[in-house]
Amino acid sequence: MLKFIKHHMDTITGIGIYPVLSFVIFFTFFLAMLWWLRSVSKGHISHMSDLPLLEDQPSNGNLPHAH
Amino acid sequence: MIERFQYDNRVVKNFLFATILWGLVGMLVGLIIATQLVAQNTGPEMWYYWLVRPFTWLGEMQWFTFGRLRPLHTNAVIFAFVGNAIFAGAYYSLQRLLKARMFSDMLSSIHFWGWQLIIVAAAVTLPLGMTTGKEYAELEWPIDIAITLVWVVFGINMMGTIIKRRERHLYVAIWFYIATWVTVAMLHIVNSIELPISMTKSYSWYAGVQDALVQWWYGHNAVAFFLTTPFLGLMYYYLPKAANRPVYSYKLSVIHFWSLIFLYIWAGPHHLLYSALPDWAQSLGTVFSIMLIAPSWGGMLNGLLTLRGAWDRVREDPVLKFFVVAVTCYGMSTLEGPLLSLKSINAIAHFTDWIIAHVHIGGIGWNGFMAFGMIYWLVPRLFGAKLYSTQLANVHFWLGTLGIILYAIPLYFAGFFQSLMWKQFTPDGFLVYPNFLDTLLEIQTAYWLRVLGGTIYFIGACIMVYNVVRTVRAGKLIANEDAEAPALEKEGELKEVGHWHRWIERRPVQMLVLSLVVVGAGGIIEIIPTFLVKTNVPTISSVKPYTPLELHGRDIYVREGCYTCHSQMVRPFRSETERYGEYAKAGEFVYDHPFQWGSKRTGPDLLRVGGKYPHSWHYYHMYDPTSMSPGSLMPPYLHLFDDALDTTTTKQKIEAMRTLGVPYAEDFPARANVDLVTQSQAIVAGLKKDGIDALADREIIAVIAYLQRVGTDIKARTTEVAVVAKPTP
Repeated sequence: MLKFIKHHMDTITGIGIYPVLSFVIFFTFFLAMLWWLRSVSKGHISHMSDLPLLEDQPSNGNLPHAH
Repeated sequence: MIERFQYDNRVVKNFLFATILWGLVGMLVGLIIATQLVAQNTGPEMWYYWLVRPFTWLGEMQWFTFGRLRPLHTNAVIFAFVGNAIFAGAYYSLQRLLKARMFSDMLSSIHFWGWQLIIVAAAVTLPLGMTTGKEYAELEWPIDIAITLVWVVFGINMMGTIIKRRERHLYVAIWFYIATWVTVAMLHIVNSIELPISMTKSYSWYAGVQDALVQWWYGHNAVAFFLTTPFLGLMYYYLPKAANRPVYSYKLSVIHFWSLIFLYIWAGPHHLLYSALPDWAQSLGTVFSIMLIAPSWGGMLNGLLTLRGAWDRVREDPVLKFFVVAVTCYGMSTLEGPLLSLKSINAIAHFTDWIIAHVHIGGIGWNGFMAFGMIYWLVPRLFGAKLYSTQLANVHFWLGTLGIILYAIPLYFAGFFQSLMWKQFTPDGFLVYPNFLDTLLEIQTAYWLRVLGGTIYFIGACIMVYNVVRTVRAGKLIANEDAEAPALEKEGELKEVGHWHRWIERRPVQMLVLSLVVVGAGGIIEIIPTFLVKTNVPTISSVKPYTPLELHGRDIYVREGCYTCHSQMVRPFRSETERYGEYAKAGEFVYDHPFQWGSKRTGPDLLRVGGKYPHSWHYYHMYDPTSMSPGSLMPPYLHLFDDALDTTTTKQKIEAMRTLGVPYAEDFPARANVDLVTQSQAIVAGLKKDGIDALADREIIAVIAYLQRVGTDIKARTTEVAVVAKPTP
C-alpha cells in the first residue's frame, strides 16, 4: 500500500513547516474558542452546568435560557 | 407533553461487576509479576525465600514468565478494569443526561458480552505467547477485529441514545465520551494494521521508526483517550452528583475539553526522546506535552473547586474522599508527564522504574480511585440500599492511599538511583557499574516495597468487594428505573440566535466529526512526513534483511515478550555507548516488523548484543541465566530447548515480509528453509566446539541466531570502511 505513496515527497524542503503549521492551527482554534466563550450568555452556562443535577425534576430542555 | 420511560440499570450493573472482577484479576497479575522481579536470594531471612519462591517457580513456566504476564497485566488493567468502568459510568450518566433509555437493549447486551469475551480471549492468548509485540496493543488480529466490531456497537448505541434524547444540549461529559469513542477508533485501527500469516500471528504493517512513531502515537493516546478523557467525562458527572453542586466553571470545562483533545494527540513522540526518531518530531512531542499542563491543571482545579463550600462533606463521605485523591493524582501525573518529556529529565527517567511509578499514580490513583468512588456511589443507587458500611469504605480509602504511596515513592527513588548508577563514571573515565545487573540488585528494597504497597492496595479492593456484596444482598436491583421528561421540540420551532458552539452542542454527529478533525489533524501532520519524506529515515546500505532462521528467532523474541525488560535503543549518551556500543540509527530498523525498541530496562539493552558473546554463552544463559549472570532475575527458558522450531511457516513469513517491502529475492521464499537448515547447522557446529551437543531443530538455535544478528549490520559497515581506508602497501 505505502510503496505507492512513499517517496512522492522526496524533494520536499523545509520540513520545519510542519511544527509551524501545527502551532498556527491550534492557536487559531484556541482563540476562536475563547472568543466564543467570552460571548456566551450566563443563562446558558448555568443551564449547562446544572444538567447533571436536574435529573430528578423534569426540566424543559428546550429552553437554554430558563435560568 | 411529559413522556414516561425507564432507565436501563441492568447493563450498568453488569459493567460495574465486571469492573470489580477484572480489576481484581488485573491487580493480582500485577502483584505476581512484581514479586517475580524480587530477587529470591536478596533477603536476609529464609522466609523471604519461601515467600518469593512460589512466584519465581510460576515464572519459570513458559505461560507465566514475566514477559508474557506483563502484557496481560497492562491489558487487563487498561481495557478490562478501566474499560468496564468507563462503560458502567457512561451508560448510567448518558441515560440521565440525555433523559432517555439506551438506544437498544440488545446492543447494550452485545456490547457487554462482546467486551467480556474479548477480555477472556486476551487472558488466554497472551500467556500462550500470541502477541503483536506492540505495547498495549499486543492482542492479535482476530481479537483486534472483534474489538473494532464491539467498539462500533458501543458507538451506535451511544449515538442512537443521543439522537433520541429529550434534553436538547449535550453536557460536557458527553463530549468527552464522543471524543473518546472517535479517537480510540482511529488509534486502534491505524495502529493495528497488520499482515496476518496465520490465525495467531501477524506482522505490523509499519517498520522501525515508522512503527515506533505510530505505536507511541497510539500508546500515548491510549493513555489520553482511554484512561483520561472518558474518566474526565465521568468526573464531570459524578463529582457534581456526589458533591450535589454544579461544576465550578462550565466555561473552564469547555476550554479543558477542546484544548485537551487538541494537544494530547501531538504529544506521542515524547516517548521516543533521544531515540532514532527524527529530531523535529521529538521536539514537537515535547512542546505539546508542556502545553498540556494548562488544560490538565485547568481540569483538575475545576474538579477540586467543584467542592468549594462542601469540603466539610469530604470528611464524612468516602465517595468524595476517593474523588479528591483521584483528581489530585490526575493533577500530579499530568504535571509529571510534561516534565518527563523535557529532554534533560527524560534522559534520566526513561527506561527506569520512575516511569512505572508515574503510570501507577495515574493507574491506581486517578483511574483506580475514580472507579472505586463511582462504585461506592452507584451500587447503593442501583440496588436501592444503603451502603453496608461507610467505615469499611473509609478503611478501603486509607489502605488504597497508603498502597499508592508505598508503591510509587520507593520506585521514584529506585528509578532515579538506578539511572544515576548507569551514568556514573570513575575519575579515569570508566563505568562505575559496568555490570548492568549490579544496578538492578541495588534497588531490590524498592521492589520489595512495591510488592508491599501493591498488596495493601489489593487488600483494600477486596474489602470493597465484601462491602459491595453485603450492600447488594441487602437490596434488590432496580433493573428498570422509572423516569419522565418532556419530549424534545423540533428544531425549527426554536427561535434562537445561537453561536456556532451552541449549534454544535445540539448536533452530536457534527460534534463527532469535528472531534475527529481535531484529533486527526495532529496525527496526520505528525505521522505523514515520516512516511513520505525519504530523508527522514536515512537508509544504511549495509543493513540487510534477516535470514529465515533469524526471522524465526525474532518472532520467538516477540512471543516471549523480551521487549518488556530489554530495550533495543542505545541513546546517544556516552554512558550508553560506553556500556552498549554505537548508538542507534533510524536506518537500522527498516526491516523490523514490528520495532522492538522497548520502553523499560529491567535488563540491559540488547541492540548491540550481536557478536558480543559466543553462541555457548547464550545457550547456557537461556537455560539458566544465573549460570552466566549470577543473581540474574531473568527466568530460564527451558521450553526453547524442548520445542522444535516450526519451519512450516517459513515460506509464509518470508512472503509476508516481501509484501511489506523487505527485499528478499523473488524465488527466496521457496528455498528459505534450505538456508535455515544451513545456518542452524553452522550454529550447532559452533556450539559443538564449546562442548555442547545441541539439536539443530530446536527453537533455541533460532533465538541464538537472532541475538547474534541484532545490531551487527552497522558494524559491518564500519569494518567495510576500515578495509577501504587501509592504504595499500
